[in-house]
Amino acid sequence: MSARVLVAMSGGVDSSVAAALLREQGYEVVGVAMRLTPEAAPSSARRRATCCSYEDFEDARRVAERMDFPFYVIDLRADFAARVVGNFVSEYLGGRTPNPCVMCNREIKFDRLWSRARALEADFVATGHYAQIERDAAGRFHLKRAHDGAKDQSYFLFTLGQNELAHTLFPLGGMSKTEVRERARVLGLANAHKPESQEICFVPDGDYASFVERAAAPAEIRRGSIVTADGQTLAEHRGVHNFTIGQRRGLGIAAGTPMYVREIRAATGAVVVGSRAQLNSAGLVAGQVRMVDGAWFESAEIALEVKIRYRHPALPAKLRMLSGARAEIRFNHGGPAVTPGQACVFYRGDEVLGGGFIEHAVEG
Amino acid sequence: MRIYLDHNAGSPMRLAVRDAIGRVGEAAHGNPSSVHRAGQSARRALEQAREQVAALIGAAPRAVVFTSGGTESNNLAIFGAARAAGSDRRRIVTSAIEHSSTIAPLADLEGHGFDVIRVAPDRDGRISPKAVASAIDNGVALVTLGLVNAEVGTIAEVAAVAQRAAQVGAMFHLDAAQAAGRIKLRVEELGCDLMTVSAHKIGGPAGIGSLFIRPGARLAPIMLGGPQESGLRAGTPNLPGAIGFGAAASEVTGALDDERARIAVLADALLDHLTGSIPALCLNGPRDGRVANTLNLTFPGVLGESMLIALDLEGVEVSMGSACAAGAVEPSHVLTAMGRSAAEARSSLRISLGWSTTANDIAHAAEIIPRVWRRVANAEPAFDAEALR
Repeated sequence: MSARVLVAMSGGVDSSVAAALLREQGYEVVGVAMRLTPEAAPSSARRRATCCSYEDFEDARRVAERMDFPFYVIDLRADFAARVVGNFVSEYLGGRTPNPCVMCNREIKFDRLWSRARALEADFVATGHYAQIERDAAGRFHLKRAHDGAKDQSYFLFTLGQNELAHTLFPLGGMSKTEVRERARVLGLANAHKPESQEICFVPDGDYASFVERAAAPAEIRRGSIVTADGQTLAEHRGVHNFTIGQRRGLGIAAGTPMYVREIRAATGAVVVGSRAQLNSAGLVAGQVRMVDGAWFESAEIALEVKIRYRHPALPAKLRMLSGARAEIRFNHGGPAVTPGQACVFYRGDEVLGGGFIEHAVEG
Repeated sequence: MRIYLDHNAGSPMRLAVRDAIGRVGEAAHGNPSSVHRAGQSARRALEQAREQVAALIGAAPRAVVFTSGGTESNNLAIFGAARAAGSDRRRIVTSAIEHSSTIAPLADLEGHGFDVIRVAPDRDGRISPKAVASAIDNGVALVTLGLVNAEVGTIAEVAAVAQRAAQVGAMFHLDAAQAAGRIKLRVEELGCDLMTVSAHKIGGPAGIGSLFIRPGARLAPIMLGGPQESGLRAGTPNLPGAIGFGAAASEVTGALDDERARIAVLADALLDHLTGSIPALCLNGPRDGRVANTLNLTFPGVLGESMLIALDLEGVEVSMGSACAAGAVEPSHVLTAMGRSAAEARSSLRISLGWSTTANDIAHAAEIIPRVWRRVANAEPAFDAEALR
């Protein structure tokens, strides 16, 4: 009997082709669409508004019908609200800039969904992520960048350890987006030319601040002042959740030179601004660090590369492990702005070694 | 091997129905409203089907109107009665455990000035006839109740309700979509003015149903545009559907007692086996006063959604609550109205047997269901947060 694989399908072209490829490779495919947000109902006004709208489920269902495998919509709204949206809101309220896609992978797709997969006697979970998993001669699993560097999504997957990688499949890891669209066309999948989703799925209008305000209790909103590093108050603001590191617009201040947010102090509500040069930092401390191979670096200092935002290039740096699953990173060359809450992912060449969440920047 | 245990959602077409529909092409190709001979033979076939459906419920054929199914019948009964009622009758009495095709029209009428009184069930899904009767006075336009609940199978006691409705001149509608084929239906004994039946619930085709309308009852049509069906349902009738419906009704009328007894034995055996092999399994609905084919069960420690999918992958087809537009399952409003927690409702599945269910099906289901339950409970335990609190 062939291995059963539970494929997370969004209705988009990537996960559709992933499912179709696995089916062609002889796996017993079971497609699932995850209902994550409350508003998955038919609506013409909100058409294409979110990644898990009714129309997207229908696209996924049509792929399943065409490729002849069973398909189900599963309700993970409660888990998503508690583990992803709740975290997103509390991170913003705490003056950090969260990455809900990393959280969704860690908490939903490779945790919650894997429990469901075991309940359904599936051997694997598969997604349409662009990343590669390799198994070495010793039986250890390695997480690697996608073949298509422009599409590489390994940054979002650093939380996967040996247990997760052993039962995970990324069928698109070796393909380019062009090839994926071409496969979709050849397979006759109707969504071959569907545009990519860009925004965070549960904030379709991209207005994170308003979303946080709707979700938070009024007492949780941290109002305060916009200040300079030397303590001069420039303006008042309506909550630290309105800001992210490096932000220039919407500060409500008139200064001779451009000012950027360089630090957010949620405890006092202070948003510290400075010149562009003042944004740079020498390094960072990351928490909740996980290593893909599960092993801990014993040596004092490790040379590697780090990515501190999805769209940033990897930067050469040195890593030193601290206690409590934390690590200190120092950039080899003067570093860029560091954003607390974002993922800091450790690479060596094409391989993801691990990563963590940025706690704070480290000054020279 | 596929084991279909979702007859309350829709029964497979009976063999007699498939035969009858297969012969439609030669038997009746015209429009029953046409003057010519083809029209006349189509009309004869339609009227024969009407007689068969009427016989199922003990009604005169002319009191039976064909519709597109149970949903349309309920819409016609509710909107039709509301529209025909005098301006002094602006209240409607119903229960809290009705089908969505009753819930939604009533919610719409509520937005147009009607008061809707929804009588709550007890823990077994029984609606107190006394409570319903006492809500009925001469300001009531319509009383509408499901005769058999789709999700838990409770049979409503309606004699006192019918009596009270007749006394004050309120229309009394029974949604018998889940009752037809499960219990004997006699409109005179039940004392209803309107009764919904759906063909595919009794092994007929989908897309056809009927509404019994007591002669003289005041009902306004909601579908306009032709004189068909005594002016109560405009549109060329679904002749192949009606012929299939008639064949199903005919078979059910003849075989009801035998079929019911056979299904009761199978369902009871399955319930006994599951109760013996799944600790703390809970039957929702009464032991007695329930149609035997319906087993609504709360499976401890699992999500019903997960069980449903796992069972489907093992070939056992059951259901849970209702499906949302996107195809996800929602916990049953009937169970929460019966006092179950949301978590209990989410752990509940409906198993419904029917004419095509065999002893072999039940033997397999009795082996598969406990095994799948154990696996799902181990892999993906669900906790009742409300119970723990």
